[in-house]
Amino acid sequence: MSGGANARPRATGALRALALAAVLAWSAAPAVWQALTALKPDAQITRTPTVYLPSPPTWRHVQALWDRKPFGRYLANSAAIAAAATLLCVSLAALAATAIARLPGRGREGTLLALLVVSLFPPILLLFPLYEGVRALGWVNHPLALVLPFAALNLPLAVWVLEGALRALPAELDEAGRLDGLSALGRLRRVHLPLALPALATTAILVFIFCWNEFMLSLTFMTRDAAKTVTAGIASVSGASLHEIPWGQLSAAIVIATLPLVALVLLFERRIVSGLTRGALKG
Amino acid sequence: MSMVELRGEEITKDFADGARALDRVSFVARPGRVLTLLGPSGCGKSTLLRIVAGLERATSGRLRLGDEPFDDVPAGRRGVGFVFQNYALYPHLTVEGNLSLALEAGRVPRGEIRRRVAETAEWLGLGGLLGRRPGQLSGGQQQRVALGRALVRRPRLYLLDEPLSNLDALLREGMRAELKALFARVGATVIYVTHDQTEAMSLSDDLIVLRAGRVLQCAGPLEVHRRPADVFVATFVGSPRMSVWRGRRDGDVLACRGVQVPVPRGLGGNGELCVGIRPEDVEVATSPLEGGWPGELEVVEPLGSQVLLTLRVGGERVRALAAPAERPAASWVRWPGGSLHWFEAESGRRLEPDGPTVEVIR
Repeated sequence: MSGGANARPRATGALRALALAAVLAWSAAPAVWQALTALKPDAQITRTPTVYLPSPPTWRHVQALWDRKPFGRYLANSAAIAAAATLLCVSLAALAATAIARLPGRGREGTLLALLVVSLFPPILLLFPLYEGVRALGWVNHPLALVLPFAALNLPLAVWVLEGALRALPAELDEAGRLDGLSALGRLRRVHLPLALPALATTAILVFIFCWNEFMLSLTFMTRDAAKTVTAGIASVSGASLHEIPWGQLSAAIVIATLPLVALVLLFERRIVSGLTRGALKG
Repeated sequence: MSMVELRGEEITKDFADGARALDRVSFVARPGRVLTLLGPSGCGKSTLLRIVAGLERATSGRLRLGDEPFDDVPAGRRGVGFVFQNYALYPHLTVEGNLSLALEAGRVPRGEIRRRVAETAEWLGLGGLLGRRPGQLSGGQQQRVALGRALVRRPRLYLLDEPLSNLDALLREGMRAELKALFARVGATVIYVTHDQTEAMSLSDDLIVLRAGRVLQCAGPLEVHRRPADVFVATFVGSPRMSVWRGRRDGDVLACRGVQVPVPRGLGGNGELCVGIRPEDVEVATSPLEGGWPGELEVVEPLGSQVLLTLRVGGERVRALAAPAERPAASWVRWPGGSLHWFEAESGRRLEPDGPTVEVIR
């Protein structure tokens, strides 16, 4: 009898582990396949029957990225542009969200709805007007050509997330700040933003990921090799002839381009969790 | 810090939905005194305090600090120390950070900040807690930090919005005495909002009783207790509560349910009147009392040092405080005629046996 009582939780535990393993396999398989391909010698990549594990693993494709393309430059461009756009976007969004969170009901909902509607237009509609603008300003191959549109495109999302977090803060804290003699910006900096830190971190990650992965504008506006971001750079990886697709190099490029994002999320996740647990202690 | 007087003149506040929160309320917060705004929830007392703090604007009326108009001074420049009912401590800052933020915003030199924070923490017994965050403090400690945040600024005016209502009963009583000592020590002008008449009685120098946005009475706490200007004030102030009977005046008696109460000579007012008697003024006995009424004991509530009896007299009920006994008994009640409080039933206004009604300051 007692064994039966214990068997059930053990069985559900096993089932849960199995389900988790299935989901993990489903999600991770493409990434793992990509990584394996990046390490295979060319001959093994397309061979039938399929070769699963590279033998022996080779760094040739990774090396080729640096030899044949300024891949480090691509990564640096992406990092700088995404970071600048994220900073700009989150700063503007924090100001806008603070103001919107203070609006009375009708005005707040209307503003948020308008933001949502604006963000529903597909960005491709903007491609040609933006290109005209970028050309007129002489910004082709200039980082600002991407920084400004990236920040603008993400602004609605960032405002939405931050507005929710700021509105959840008790109004008394704002009033306490006013009575303590803090200006509106002082309250934002010393009271609201520190308390909304988890939401700020989340927003920053989302915006950064979007900027890092963006392809269409990057490919169009960045034509010189030295100005390209990593997504545009990967698109320019080509084989010896027109008909040869360099699978190994492409895979290596994709894996390497993904690693900074993984590192970033891991780093910030700890930040978010610590922010959340600190809030929980407040009682 | 010079001592100044804060005056409110005819302050009216209408909310956006048209509800009138305050109706021509005037008051004076005297230098170095504690003015208490007392009333049930929704009476407008907190709104009035928020207007004084500059967190809200009055629809009409004026505030004056000494001779200067105060209405257009922004909240941060009014030099008020405000204690919120729920404390509103900054959860991300330490106790020290909470105490020093206003001073930093006011560009007080660093050394001075450290000195004042240490001194304030000392006063409030927070010395060992400066490095903690509010989430790591007990309710009583959080309350002290909230007080400290007001004290550390050395304000001209202290505004406290039900500061003790979130504490448990034991802590509240201790804190009440501490507050009183603190007010005396800093000698500041205080406006104190509460719905607890015991707090109001024990802390205030001046007392304003508010109901539905109107001032019912403005006087010293003892005066409010001795001569309540209104039947609502009479039942709201004083514990245990005053018993009030309503009846129709018939010459020189008031006909209540099954009892006739003699009306004192010279008492104005006709028609429906109310008569009130405080439990401490009622005398009880088990044998007939001359000039008394026979009563039937219904409820016995021992309070420790005294016992609260509820007796039925005719069709009315009266409460009486008596000395505690193993088996409290009473079958007769009596009170001195002069201890009764008379009110007009319709308006609720106090009636005096000899002379005009108490003037209501409004």
